[in-house]
Amino acid sequence: MGIEIIEPGLATSIQDQGRPGYYSVGIPPSGALDLYSAALANVLVGNLPAMAVIEATYMGPKLRFTTPTVIAVTGAQIPVQINGQEIPQWESVSVNADDVLTFGILQAGARFYVAVAGGITVPEILGSRSTYALGAFGGFEGRSLKSGDLLPVGMESGPVGRIITSEWRPEFPREIDVRVVLGLYDYRLTDVGLSALLDKPWKLSPVADRIGFRYSGQKLEWRDRVQPFGAGSDPSNIVDAGYPVGSIQVPGGVEPIILHRDAVSGGGYAMVATVISADMSLVGQCAPGTMTNFKPVTLDEALAARGIGQQRLRTVQAKWS
Amino acid sequence: MSSNTSRYSWGADEHLVVQLAESMSLDANFRAMAMSSELGERQVPGIIDICPSNASLLVRFDPDQLAPADLETMVREVEARVAVSSSPKISTRIFEVPVWYGDPFTVETGARFRDRHQRPEGDDLEFAAIENGLDGPAAFIKAHADSPWITSMVGFVAGLPFLFQMVPQERQLEVPKYVRPRTDTPKQTIGHGGCFTAIYSVRGAGGYQMFGITPVPIFDPEQKLRDFKDFMIFFRPGDIVKFRSIDEVEYYAILSEVEAGTYRYRQAPVEFVLNEFHEDPDKYNATLLEALYGN
Repeated sequence: MGIEIIEPGLATSIQDQGRPGYYSVGIPPSGALDLYSAALANVLVGNLPAMAVIEATYMGPKLRFTTPTVIAVTGAQIPVQINGQEIPQWESVSVNADDVLTFGILQAGARFYVAVAGGITVPEILGSRSTYALGAFGGFEGRSLKSGDLLPVGMESGPVGRIITSEWRPEFPREIDVRVVLGLYDYRLTDVGLSALLDKPWKLSPVADRIGFRYSGQKLEWRDRVQPFGAGSDPSNIVDAGYPVGSIQVPGGVEPIILHRDAVSGGGYAMVATVISADMSLVGQCAPGTMTNFKPVTLDEALAARGIGQQRLRTVQAKWS
Repeated sequence: MSSNTSRYSWGADEHLVVQLAESMSLDANFRAMAMSSELGERQVPGIIDICPSNASLLVRFDPDQLAPADLETMVREVEARVAVSSSPKISTRIFEVPVWYGDPFTVETGARFRDRHQRPEGDDLEFAAIENGLDGPAAFIKAHADSPWITSMVGFVAGLPFLFQMVPQERQLEVPKYVRPRTDTPKQTIGHGGCFTAIYSVRGAGGYQMFGITPVPIFDPEQKLRDFKDFMIFFRPGDIVKFRSIDEVEYYAILSEVEAGTYRYRQAPVEFVLNEFHEDPDKYNATLLEALYGN
């Protein structure tokens, strides 16, 4: 049982819900950048939410199924075809041996997910099937997919016709609010610098991958100080420290970077805020050009938003259990 | 030293960051490591990762299992306990990393990215010698390889150690990073930026000056060597490292042992007592090296 990669698309990899517990030695959590859509793709085909799926970015792969199975495509909006015939997203569909899955042109969002009944059964490494490309392990041979790869899959049958209706699907507007908790090294910014971070939208640059999302906009101003021993000479430098996943660093005071799930785990740039966990999937679905407003919230508001997000996922899952 | 100089801050709803000091020092790093090990021993449900770094501590947690306020209370208590310890010490190990300084791989890479360097002529070793007022690369290599270094942090990418030189601050080697980072660094390059030496665990981008290369892996996802039997990453925070300068012949001899799967790190367990180190660093380091090499 398997899937043959005929064309790999732009940046296509195997991901599940991640590999927690190894950040202290520099191994990031990895996992789908839009965990919500990845979990629901699994639910549609009758899998547990944490099973491994295919994550494609901007441009879809071309895949051939070597056996019959059941699939579902969620995440970013994109036309999906089996043997050239359009099939719906957010719905489980059966496929036959030798059927070919292709994608049209991305309509909105950035990352879309293909779940297969039984999951993509690449070996588990440190408790996860997620690809960690910088470390060259996990997923399929530790890398993005290439033409000719043959992915192992779990099962030939699964539920067909499960649908997630539009009110439960994420939206992908061209201008978004991303909620952040200020803190970390934000005391290094002047009041003007902090206002510059929060008062105007930032434009997502083309540098937006599984490691981080870089934004362009105004320059941030730092407070003057004699740099501490070991910190480096730029005012945005700190003595190298651990980077929270979702933290926003501003090297040189220009082009903030949000670290995502393949984050580098530490370094020498001051972080000034962290994206709340409930908004990480939203960030993961941003295409370059997306205008982004950073909206400060309290820790309690972040926890409340987390609860709402979890409840939403549970409600959709409950329809199918 | 008192706990009121540290800053507690939330990295949103999944991270607590404790900044112990703004400057790098062995004392700040030691507190981070001691807090990390004390917190780890408690095996608290809901704590996902405890990441000690140079002068700070990052805790990644699951707020569904552990309320942020409870975590903060616990970490503050751990910090207070560590602060009153009269003789902080860690049980760790010392091991040797053989380095071919001035090797052709890093020299070639350095030449390729010379337009990003502050000094267009020469190579990174020559630059580092000048920056530290030393009489050429040989003197710099001696200063780099003679004293031990302590792993003050592991991270950036999988298994990459940050190493802090175990000598008084006025003798620490300091070199600025490249003006603009390179897009390439050979795997197992010995690099240096600011006061830290790092070993690049994987090939990739980097901004540290490049001094040499080791034939020995520090990150082995396939876990082929015996020292990687339990885990794919060799370095742990607190590990003490002694570099040893090797030549081309020995580089390839060790490389063939690595490829045959027979290479073992020369290593010994040691206890590192901070106060004893501060009393006389050179004498203390000599005893550490005795543990590694025998008398």
